[in-house]
Amino acid sequence: MANIMIQRGSKTEYVFYLPKRDLEDDIVSMEFDSPEKWGGEIKLNNGGTYYIDPQSKPAKLPISLRAKRLDAAE
Amino acid sequence: MSALTREETEALIQEVLEVYPEKAKKDRAKHLTVNDQSIEQSKKCITSNRKSLPGVMTIRGCAYAGSKGVVWGPIKDMIHISHGPVGCGQYSRAGRRNYYVGMTGVNSFGTMNFTSDFQEKDIVFGGDKKLAKVMTEIEALFPLNKGVSIQSECPIGLIGDDIEAVAKKTTAETGKPVVPVRCEGFRGVSQSLGHHIANDAIRDWVLPRREGKAFEGTPYDVAVIGDYNIGGDAWSSRILLEEMGLRVVAQWSGDGTISEMEKTPFVKMNLIHCYRSMNYIARHMEEKYSIPWMEYNFFGPTKVAESLRAIAAHFDDKIKEGAERVIAKYQAMMDEIIAKYKPRLQGKKVMLYVGGLRPRHVIGAYEDLGMEVVGTGYEFGHNDDYDRTIKDMGNATLIYDDVTGFEFEEFVKRIKPDLVGSGIKEKFIFQKMGVPFRQMHSWDYSGPYHGYDGFAIFARDMDMTLNNPCWSKMTAPWLKKEEPVAEKEAA
Repeated sequence: MANIMIQRGSKTEYVFYLPKRDLEDDIVSMEFDSPEKWGGEIKLNNGGTYYIDPQSKPAKLPISLRAKRLDAAE
Repeated sequence: MSALTREETEALIQEVLEVYPEKAKKDRAKHLTVNDQSIEQSKKCITSNRKSLPGVMTIRGCAYAGSKGVVWGPIKDMIHISHGPVGCGQYSRAGRRNYYVGMTGVNSFGTMNFTSDFQEKDIVFGGDKKLAKVMTEIEALFPLNKGVSIQSECPIGLIGDDIEAVAKKTTAETGKPVVPVRCEGFRGVSQSLGHHIANDAIRDWVLPRREGKAFEGTPYDVAVIGDYNIGGDAWSSRILLEEMGLRVVAQWSGDGTISEMEKTPFVKMNLIHCYRSMNYIARHMEEKYSIPWMEYNFFGPTKVAESLRAIAAHFDDKIKEGAERVIAKYQAMMDEIIAKYKPRLQGKKVMLYVGGLRPRHVIGAYEDLGMEVVGTGYEFGHNDDYDRTIKDMGNATLIYDDVTGFEFEEFVKRIKPDLVGSGIKEKFIFQKMGVPFRQMHSWDYSGPYHGYDGFAIFARDMDMTLNNPCWSKMTAPWLKKEEPVAEKEAA
């Protein structure tokens, strides 16, 4: 589990930021993206995949969350 | 682009790596690369923010240097106690030239050194009592201080002193903020972690202090973050922002005060100059107080104009007009400077090795003068810094992370730049090698270099260094006749 931050992006809707790795990347797809259910599996532009527990859509971004790494692109 | 081709540069890196033992070679190879603008993510070509190798000369500092020297030190109306043995504070005292206005020793304390001067008995029995005593003395001797920060040196973490408890107790007594900063020097691989720790201390101990209090704001409130006022940099940046109609509420942290920092959560926008040292707090404020932030670059007229427009784009038409007005106002002055210095500096090659934001930010200023940056590197940069650098640098130029003394010298010998920009530790080596050199940490006792006024000084300084007649005197007079070529090269 790692602390991450999800922000609004300019190119894509969301940007993923992992401070520990200085990783800042566009989120290309998010499993759930509706007001009630938001989160799940996140795919990054660099090919990495992370998982955040599905929750209701946050009222404002950026937001700090805990994420699980499924597949990091190295 | 650069004088060397990609293959030649790659061969150069291999050649330099040849002297290392197998293991060190493997490690250092990851930190040296040839720039390729097509790469999106720096991770693919360069490793950064890793522990330096034992036995090589590194130019990095420690976490204490990052916190006391960079982030906290310039806050002028606070007293920053170097908590621990006397040396760390004394040898770094006033070296950074972050200017401030105020009466030193009365209401400003920027260039003074406060230390708890640890002795053997403090290590054995703990230093908390001494720290509390130091605080009482500070209150008696300097009653106009607006707060105290406790900058831990290595022993504090090792012996496990509870500086937080002392801080809370003293705050309760004096009512002034007392900020314990756990920036022991052994933490992390470079000063970069010190910046982070200092940012976290500001987040926890400073920003919440005025939450819910009244603040008379305007829609044009901004904070300048990550400008340390080296030689007056923040002042020459601030006037441009004010001229275009913005209200600069806070300066972090050059010539800054604790109350400015406490007011920052009320601003409309955070402007970040040094991304490396202050992005943490900007991200925090974005999340907690919904303050957007952006990076800007005030080196050289091209980048200043670009940045002023980018900043104005976040505000209404009044500011946009203001930005155009400011750019137009200084255009004539800039054209004059470029007309004067460009012919003297055109085509010269520069190699940089500094920290923070400068390895990428000053490239624009050199390009405005017709110069070319052929190599750059960060002391303590992270991957996100290199991500931003790749696009600013030409193809096939050298990029080196945490370069060692040996590597840097070899690179300079082979690439033969006309100017090297780095710090004091490299200065005399390169000057003795006959290479013109500017200190790009402290602007070589000159400055400011930010903004339009700064560019005038920057251009003059570069010309003064590069075209200094002393470089033609590098060969002894009695050797000159035989080697007239060598003289020409040095000039």
